[in-house]
Amino acid sequence: MAQTIGTHGEPDLRPAGLRGVAADFSSDQRAFKTASWGKAMMWIFLLSDTFVFGCFLIAYMTARMSTPVAWPNPSEVFALHIGGQDVPLILIAIMTFVLISSSGTMAMAVNFGYRRERHRTAMLMLLTALLGACFVGMQAFEWTKLITEGVRPWENPWGAAQFGSTFFMITGFHGTHVTIGVIFLLIVARKVWRGDFDQERRGFFTSRRGRYEAVEIMGLYWHFVDLVWVFIFAFFYLW
Amino acid sequence: MVEIPSGSAGAIPSAEVEDVELYHPRSWWTKYVFSQDAKIIAVQYSVTAISIGLVALVLSWLMRLQLAFPGYFTFIDADHYYQFITMHGMIMVIYLLTALFLGGFGNYLIPLMVGARDMVFPYANMLSYWIYLLAVLILAAGFFAPGGPTGAGWTLYPPQAVLSGTPGGKDWGILLMLTSLIVFIIGFTMGGLNYVVTVLQGRARGMTLMRMPLTVWGIFTATVMALLAFPALFVACVMMLFDRLLGTSFFMPAIVEMGEQLQHGGGSPILFQHLFWFFGHPEVYIVALPAFGIVSDLISTHARKNIFGYRMMVWAIVIIGALSFIVWAHHMYVSGMNPAFGFFFATTTLIIAIPTAIKVYNWVLTLWRGDIHLTLPMLFALAFIVTFVNGGLTGLFLGNVVVDVPLSDTMFVVAHFHMVMGVAPILVIFGAIYHWYPKVTGRMLNETLGQIHFWTTFLGTYAIFFPMHYLGLLGVPRRYFELGETAFVPPSAHTLNIFITVMALIVGAGQMVFLFNLVWSLFRGKEAGGNPWRATTLEWQTPQTPPVHGNWGKDLPVVYRWAYDYSVPGAAEDFIPQTVPASGGVTREVPA
Repeated sequence: MAQTIGTHGEPDLRPAGLRGVAADFSSDQRAFKTASWGKAMMWIFLLSDTFVFGCFLIAYMTARMSTPVAWPNPSEVFALHIGGQDVPLILIAIMTFVLISSSGTMAMAVNFGYRRERHRTAMLMLLTALLGACFVGMQAFEWTKLITEGVRPWENPWGAAQFGSTFFMITGFHGTHVTIGVIFLLIVARKVWRGDFDQERRGFFTSRRGRYEAVEIMGLYWHFVDLVWVFIFAFFYLW
Repeated sequence: MVEIPSGSAGAIPSAEVEDVELYHPRSWWTKYVFSQDAKIIAVQYSVTAISIGLVALVLSWLMRLQLAFPGYFTFIDADHYYQFITMHGMIMVIYLLTALFLGGFGNYLIPLMVGARDMVFPYANMLSYWIYLLAVLILAAGFFAPGGPTGAGWTLYPPQAVLSGTPGGKDWGILLMLTSLIVFIIGFTMGGLNYVVTVLQGRARGMTLMRMPLTVWGIFTATVMALLAFPALFVACVMMLFDRLLGTSFFMPAIVEMGEQLQHGGGSPILFQHLFWFFGHPEVYIVALPAFGIVSDLISTHARKNIFGYRMMVWAIVIIGALSFIVWAHHMYVSGMNPAFGFFFATTTLIIAIPTAIKVYNWVLTLWRGDIHLTLPMLFALAFIVTFVNGGLTGLFLGNVVVDVPLSDTMFVVAHFHMVMGVAPILVIFGAIYHWYPKVTGRMLNETLGQIHFWTTFLGTYAIFFPMHYLGLLGVPRRYFELGETAFVPPSAHTLNIFITVMALIVGAGQMVFLFNLVWSLFRGKEAGGNPWRATTLEWQTPQTPPVHGNWGKDLPVVYRWAYDYSVPGAAEDFIPQTVPASGGVTREVPA
């Protein structure tokens, strides 16, 4: 078994290979050597949140498969009447494009954050927030359209009542996540712009020193919200 | 057992993260009320949990009085009886046991046992408690709301939970219950993230995962499970709230209520059962795993012997935690499901018995030829083992489909789960309080009062729940307000019911002795000193007792050995604390 050289110059007695992975993971102080407390917390929170969305989506699939009444055709329901003809899923396509693009700007913000370019970071975060707000706005438009067409949580003109229930519940829950994300993007962007993370200014509630890592933790949440949307898109609109 | 010479575990690595800067309270309010110190939060959690638990205790008396003397207590009608059942179950499982084990013991013990100054996010930790308190208040508000609390049973099965035939179904009861659960889950998530990250990322130098006391392993695994299981309950609660408030039909099939066709249709009540039990079964182990961990440490400390098979114990905890996520439908054998699923869930259920049995054997083997001190914590630990084995054996009956179906919804089930997840974890809670009270307050609990409490509780709970197995085998159903003139229930069952009720009242009175002891010893108890049990784990090595804010003084502790160096041959004393350098003696730790 090959031995690795320790960082402090002395020969490291830790084993290599899979045993080394296990030894590293269970070694003292930290299980994840590169993750700070905040980052570890966000990952574990997202794991928990994954179960929330997973339960929502599985409940939706169960409802859709077990309801005795036919399910409305999503291609028709989610079509927009543009230029004299119905274009299926056009709004959803734009919404998805906007949200995925916001993941790109978020990733760039994280990158510039670690380069300590605070104005660029803040601008990119604001752009991300703007795209997120656009997404929520389009979702509000979609809800309005469906509501005017007679869709309610308890009934709709086309088929199974569970269509409206699950639609409003799941997209609403996701939209809440995006909205919370936008609010926190604005808060963190303000801190970046003001230079809180360069001066390690203390948080108002937690009195912990501010660090640029906050941008990355924010990014983790934002990418998660995007990823969840991909699943909602696939299971709700494409099925 | 191999004796490992000193120094073989390698040098202690240098610190990877700088010492945390603690939040320092500036006023009485931020020091004792809105405190960010995990130890204060732990006491707040514990006091709140025990207080609401007392309500559940009183409810159980009222239920027993009704069962023993039907028709005698006119203020208990059928609606009240169902409300008592529901609130008793929900309070005990979630607001007492979960909150006390994770919020109480987790907050107090995790930072101290892993050698941290505090939880990693003290502010979120504080919020966690206040949100929990809010959840308890919303729950308790049910008693004062029009129509009273919900009477749907602690499983809250729809459609009956939201219909007018059930107490609180069309009133405030069910709304308050669902809201309270949602609030509880939000609050718990804040605390739970703290416990998990503190264990994973906030340990002292030298405190490897495989040197952690089993208490921490139990609480840690249970918290991970809770973070993954509570989402299912959260989703189920949200959906049922919508069914009740918005008129959606997630769980509501087409249904006629009081001769009137309701607007609902097309929903699946079985979906709720799946969601509920996907939470509900892991919940059993969320309560059991911390108990497993704590009892391992109690036995090792008070038998002055290292825990037998430490690694096996850790893996058993982890495997039980993982398996408990794929057994949930054994609560639904009578709901109707594909026989293949019944077979699958029966198999996984029985497989859980293997790691559980490993743990029981290891506890017994730890006791084997140990230097057993029959202290109060040890008595409770021993009582736990026998009670848990009893409850676990009846679990094998109920895990098998063909045996379960005739026993389902009888008193046999009540006896089973009260033994295995009611009495057994509560015995551990008592043992743990007798064990750690000296650290929390600096004073010992009174021994005589403790002995009275122990023997009343231990013998009394057997007198209560053992006869229930027999009642169940006779076919006496659970959840019945009164048995009436049921032909298959012999008169002896009624006599037995009176006996059980009398015992329940006596056991309840025994708990008053315990509460008195808690308060009395706070002022009059014997001074404990820093390490009254001569234990090895870090929480007994703090510079002050009770530990002050920041736990450790100027320097964080460094850990040189595992938590179980008791009675090591050649050592000067029969215990070597984890902070004693390896050069100071041999160890029985098995190298990684």
